[in-house]
Amino acid sequence: MTTARRKPYGVKGAPYAFLLPATVLFALFFALPIGYAVYLSFRKVHVSGLGLGSGARKEVWAGLENYTDALTDNELVDGALRVLGYGLIVVPVMLGLALLFALMLDSDKVRLAPVTRLAIFMPYAIPGVVAALLWGFLYLPDVSPFYYVLEKLHLPQPNLLDGGPLYLALSNIAVWGGTGFNMIVIYTSLQAIPAEVYEAAKLDGATPLQTALKIKIPMVAPSLVLTFFFSIIATLQVFSEPTTLHPLTNSVVTTWSPLMKVYQDAFRKGDIYQAAAEAAIIALATLVLSFGFLRAANRRQKQEAAR
Amino acid sequence: MPNSKRRRLISRSAAASLAVALGATALAACGSSDSDSKTESGPVSLTYWTWTPGMDKVVDLWNKGQGKKDQITVTVKKQASGDSLVTKILTAHKAKKAPDLVQAEYQALPTLVSNDALADISKDVGDAKSKFASGVWQQTTLGTDAVYAVPQDIGPMMFYYRQDLFKKYGLTVPTTWEQFAETARALKKKAPDKDLTTFSANDSGLFAGLAQQAGAKWWTTSGDKWKVAINDAATKKVADFWGGLVKEGAVDNQPMYTPAWNKALNTGKQIAWVSAVWAPGTLTTAAPDTKGKWAMAPLPQWSAGDNVTGSWGGSSTAVTTDSAHQAAAAKFAAWLNTDGTALQALAKDSGIYPAATNAQTSGAFATPPAYFSNQSDFYTKAAAIAKTTAPSAWGPNVNVAYTTFNDAFGAAAKNKSDFTAALDKMQDATVADLKKQGFEVSE
Repeated sequence: MTTARRKPYGVKGAPYAFLLPATVLFALFFALPIGYAVYLSFRKVHVSGLGLGSGARKEVWAGLENYTDALTDNELVDGALRVLGYGLIVVPVMLGLALLFALMLDSDKVRLAPVTRLAIFMPYAIPGVVAALLWGFLYLPDVSPFYYVLEKLHLPQPNLLDGGPLYLALSNIAVWGGTGFNMIVIYTSLQAIPAEVYEAAKLDGATPLQTALKIKIPMVAPSLVLTFFFSIIATLQVFSEPTTLHPLTNSVVTTWSPLMKVYQDAFRKGDIYQAAAEAAIIALATLVLSFGFLRAANRRQKQEAAR
Repeated sequence: MPNSKRRRLISRSAAASLAVALGATALAACGSSDSDSKTESGPVSLTYWTWTPGMDKVVDLWNKGQGKKDQITVTVKKQASGDSLVTKILTAHKAKKAPDLVQAEYQALPTLVSNDALADISKDVGDAKSKFASGVWQQTTLGTDAVYAVPQDIGPMMFYYRQDLFKKYGLTVPTTWEQFAETARALKKKAPDKDLTTFSANDSGLFAGLAQQAGAKWWTTSGDKWKVAINDAATKKVADFWGGLVKEGAVDNQPMYTPAWNKALNTGKQIAWVSAVWAPGTLTTAAPDTKGKWAMAPLPQWSAGDNVTGSWGGSSTAVTTDSAHQAAAAKFAAWLNTDGTALQALAKDSGIYPAATNAQTSGAFATPPAYFSNQSDFYTKAAAIAKTTAPSAWGPNVNVAYTTFNDAFGAAAKNKSDFTAALDKMQDATVADLKKQGFEVSE
């Protein structure tokens, strides 16, 4: 074979050549915009006089002003607290349900498994805005069929678009939409557990419940970690559901979640500098929280493996 | 360790998907700007950003008539309405690529001018000024000698009510706000589950119009300083009035434009609406079953015998500083909003209520809107009301005041708490924003 003997031409540069397209794309569409946003977060406009006419408006350095403003701004902190409360409902409920459904689908006794699986997964395919609109209709007492039934039955009609129930109403949309996806992830890793493990469990006399608790759940722990990780990110970035519900009620303010505050500042108040600083803070918080969790989870697994 | 490989795979894929998600955000944040202003001599082609439906048909009239003669071709690019277009124009202007012509609401003009996005077209619009009411024209000059836009449509405010239900409950059409409050209370007494109307916090334009009627001047200038008077006596009066009605439960506190609101109008749960001349269009879609049962009257007044209204909505056509053919663009803007055939077409194809006074009763406005077929003098009345529009005073950060209104008054309406506190919040936020931008603000 001649090819084997031929001295490979430029083999040293080959990896770099292969890397080039990805690197260029990464730099152009990822690093550059982020860098520009960070740059903007240290800038601000300065107007002289009445600000009418040309040359009255200049972009100047702001130092850390945008950051200190963002961190001392009650609206951003309030938004973060609201999202924390929302996340405390969404993440456990959604992942709990996803795990439960996955375990049930994985058991031998279930019938019509493919149809059920699809039915649970289906809401995930519905865009967030559409889902929020749909639920918004159901939450509005005057147009909701649920309220009609409650009224006919002379039952109390809770106001779902205010106070504490509002968190449940918003969480419900996220749980409804997200459970199916997380269920599929967990279910797939359940399917990957080798059959002999179950056989061994059966021979040892394990009940289905014991199998689920002692074998299945520990073995899908990595998937649970993954879904938890995704859920944290999705929760921190919640935007479309509260934005869609905002016009329906006085209770969802325009700065309900941190991301809504960014949108508000950038596109309604026209202050992209402030918005850039807030976005940078949110990105940093997301990174710290999600990767912090991932590291903690990994460390625990390592410890368990060492034992 | 069989787990470690899987684990690494997971954290890697998680990191990758995080990267994808962030990348998508970054991409979405990039925004878009397109413009094709050309700089050759001879034939001129202009781009026009507008949200008015049917504008392409009106522009066709220009391109085939006057425009052909003058070798000025205009291309319409349909846009989203209101605030989002302002942001888009400013973004495009940053790249020096704003289109030649843009549609802008009156309250957005100071924002656009203070960003140096709009050109002074006072030399190129001829005698356009004479075609408009002075209160309307004044909004396009910002009180200076310059002209930054040509008025297109206006939204004089009026009082709409269910004629049949007013009769049924023995109510008379209020001519003062005092009577308005009495009417609301009287209705509550006769039919506790009905409301005269609602105080909605989701459209700041309504409140601004009501304040304007009361004589408020939110932004004024003295020398090189801006003065913000959002919590002045006139506006306080309006806020207190509505806050009182909400607190005692005489009117509803839920927002407008929701499915629930549509139903309330359609079923007669709410029997009146403080709105503007464009209300027939909204009612047609919101309350189709009550067609022909509504009537329009002038807005209630603060003191008996007064005759003044505010405006809610309305927009103008402006020429940008980025345009290479500002004179040609101004010529088109003047034609679009003052020429007889153009105004006829705007009324017919776009359904706008023209700012030009002579067009308000001719052509499409000779007969009432289909929804108000029972009120044959609808547009004659509307034109008379339009003449009584109080002057308005917009400033460079109306958007900030408006967004603060949404949240502050939304919360106040929900909690039935003090509206004056919400008003102070609006004032403070607006002043703080001006100061942050470096404007000089007089206290």
